[in-house]
Amino acid sequence: MRIGTLLIGLLGLSALGLAADASAHMTINGAGATFPYPIYSKWFDEYAKVDPSVRFNYQSIGSGGGQKQILAQTVDFGASDGPMSDDNLSKAPGKLIHIPTVAGAVVISYNLPGNPSLKLDGETIAGIYLGNIKKWNDAKITALNSGTTLPDQDIVVVHRSDGSGTSFIFTDYLSKVSADWKSKVGSNTSVSWPTGIGGKGNEGVSGQVKQTEGAIGYVELIYAIQNKMPYAELKNADGNFVKPTLESVTAAMSTAQIPDDFRFSMTNATGAQSYPIAGATWLLVYEQQKDAAKGKKLVEFLKWALSKGEDMAKQLDYAPLPDELRDRVLKRVDEIKL
Amino acid sequence: MAIAISPRAAVAERAPAARYMKPPRRWADRAFRWLTLAMALAVIGLIILVGWQLAVGSHLAVSRFGFRFLTSSTWDPVSEQFGALPFIYGTAVSSLIALIIAVPLSIATAIYLTELAPLWIRQPLVSLIEMLAAIPSVILGLWGIFVMIPWLRAHAFPWLKSALGWTPFFNGPIYGVSMLAGGIIIAVMILPIITSVAREILRSVPNLQREAAYALGATRWEVTRIAVLSYAKNGLFGAVILGLGRALGETMAVTMVIGNTPQIKASLFAPGYTLASVIANEFTEATTDIYLQALFEIGLVLFGITILANLIAQLLLKTMKNAMTTRAVQ
Repeated sequence: MRIGTLLIGLLGLSALGLAADASAHMTINGAGATFPYPIYSKWFDEYAKVDPSVRFNYQSIGSGGGQKQILAQTVDFGASDGPMSDDNLSKAPGKLIHIPTVAGAVVISYNLPGNPSLKLDGETIAGIYLGNIKKWNDAKITALNSGTTLPDQDIVVVHRSDGSGTSFIFTDYLSKVSADWKSKVGSNTSVSWPTGIGGKGNEGVSGQVKQTEGAIGYVELIYAIQNKMPYAELKNADGNFVKPTLESVTAAMSTAQIPDDFRFSMTNATGAQSYPIAGATWLLVYEQQKDAAKGKKLVEFLKWALSKGEDMAKQLDYAPLPDELRDRVLKRVDEIKL
Repeated sequence: MAIAISPRAAVAERAPAARYMKPPRRWADRAFRWLTLAMALAVIGLIILVGWQLAVGSHLAVSRFGFRFLTSSTWDPVSEQFGALPFIYGTAVSSLIALIIAVPLSIATAIYLTELAPLWIRQPLVSLIEMLAAIPSVILGLWGIFVMIPWLRAHAFPWLKSALGWTPFFNGPIYGVSMLAGGIIIAVMILPIITSVAREILRSVPNLQREAAYALGATRWEVTRIAVLSYAKNGLFGAVILGLGRALGETMAVTMVIGNTPQIKASLFAPGYTLASVIANEFTEATTDIYLQALFEIGLVLFGITILANLIAQLLLKTMKNAMTTRAVQ
């Protein structure tokens, strides 16, 4: 009996709390991608100081979930690490706008005795991940790394096992640089890997790479920086070897062909300084907002994020949008109807 | 008519003390009965609902792939070809490994705790084992990646390979992450549940059994074997089945150490994949309908396997009981 009373009391209290919360703030709900979660939560946190009347609630349930939720209109905005397919867009009850926010790079990390610096190109990476290049001293790898002696060791290929935007960017790149990869494997958040072992999440892949001599794996740039993992310089479309940095990612974004709906792929971008394996992440909002008051707040936030927020991105190792693209996106945000 | 006395009046006419002896409150009894019945039915309803949801969620995939889904080894989200065989195999093999490791360990522990251990050590040991059950799956997984896997790769696996490398099961390259590592981590996870259920079962063996055996001059081992274990056989079997149920569905820790490669290899050093793992890995980022439906069907298959395993266990238990009664009659 006492427990019952206690429970009822608690329920009553929490109901009161909820009611108070609802009356004080407007809550804008969003869900989706996990990759930009740290920067988004930073933005929402900072924005609460700019406009205390609105609260953002973001659930990082994955890009697939983000797309589903915005299609079902259970959230006010969605988020995705890959642009939505035409097929999925056609299911939307209204016109959906893609708003690129930040970009990240995928780096090729490895574990070799002494961890020498390493240079790779797309064809070689595809060869390794297809299982055609099996040894570290394969002619294709040594040709790119004259001066470095590579061991006669089996390459242990590691990939992500969970569906992820990281895998999407990586396989998208391989599909662009290798016809063989495109026809045999293709690009997606998960693919049927021809070889290698799967690690769950960045930590699964990096754990495997760090522990296994001769291993190669791909992880997000942020993760590699924070965990001090070695990563390779890659040959870009212009033939230069480029280290992955925030600058070389932003450079890639400024040369990438970006259509007006902002559904673009920036892998294998041209330009002398462009890092080839990089991708943007998007917010998904309806062009015609259902709730005018919420829509107004959402537009205000987007403008703030694209201008003030971009500076915070760098601190968290996300690459901000190049100025020209940012202006285009801001113009599109202005066209959101309330 | 006027002579007839209503029951209430009759009560009133009795001695004052009787007034406090109210008739039993039938409605409370009845309500209790209905309430418990409703609870029991709710559990059954929940199972049916889960099965139904899974079936609805996967009907497109079921009709598109048909029986091929269970026999095909291709899992390709790009070309949208889906087959569950490597996952079914992985779930079965990893659970089997887990049972092979965990059952002798946990039953021996339970015997020690109920029959042999000095009293002062029992409670601390029991608490420790129960604490093992409280470790979150993902923590065990991280421990698996950073502690268990390196140790297995450096010490246990090379030793196994040199001793048993002539069999197909301990052959081939050693990566660390493997079917065997997955089985071992599941074993760690199901150990506490089998141990604590087995301990309860052994404790419920009447002391008369033991005393009778001692009286016949049996040694401690004989008492345990004849009077306790054979008496508790059915219950222990039930404990193992409970463990199997958990083993089939274990997800996060297994995903982190099994290597997540959908393939069927005899070698236990090769990476594998389980039904639960593929759902956990791919569900959040699956965007196309048929892909999601295929993942739902994986769930349906897992659900079916769990129910099947339980049914087979029930059947085995029944035949075991029958065999025992016939023996008793003879």
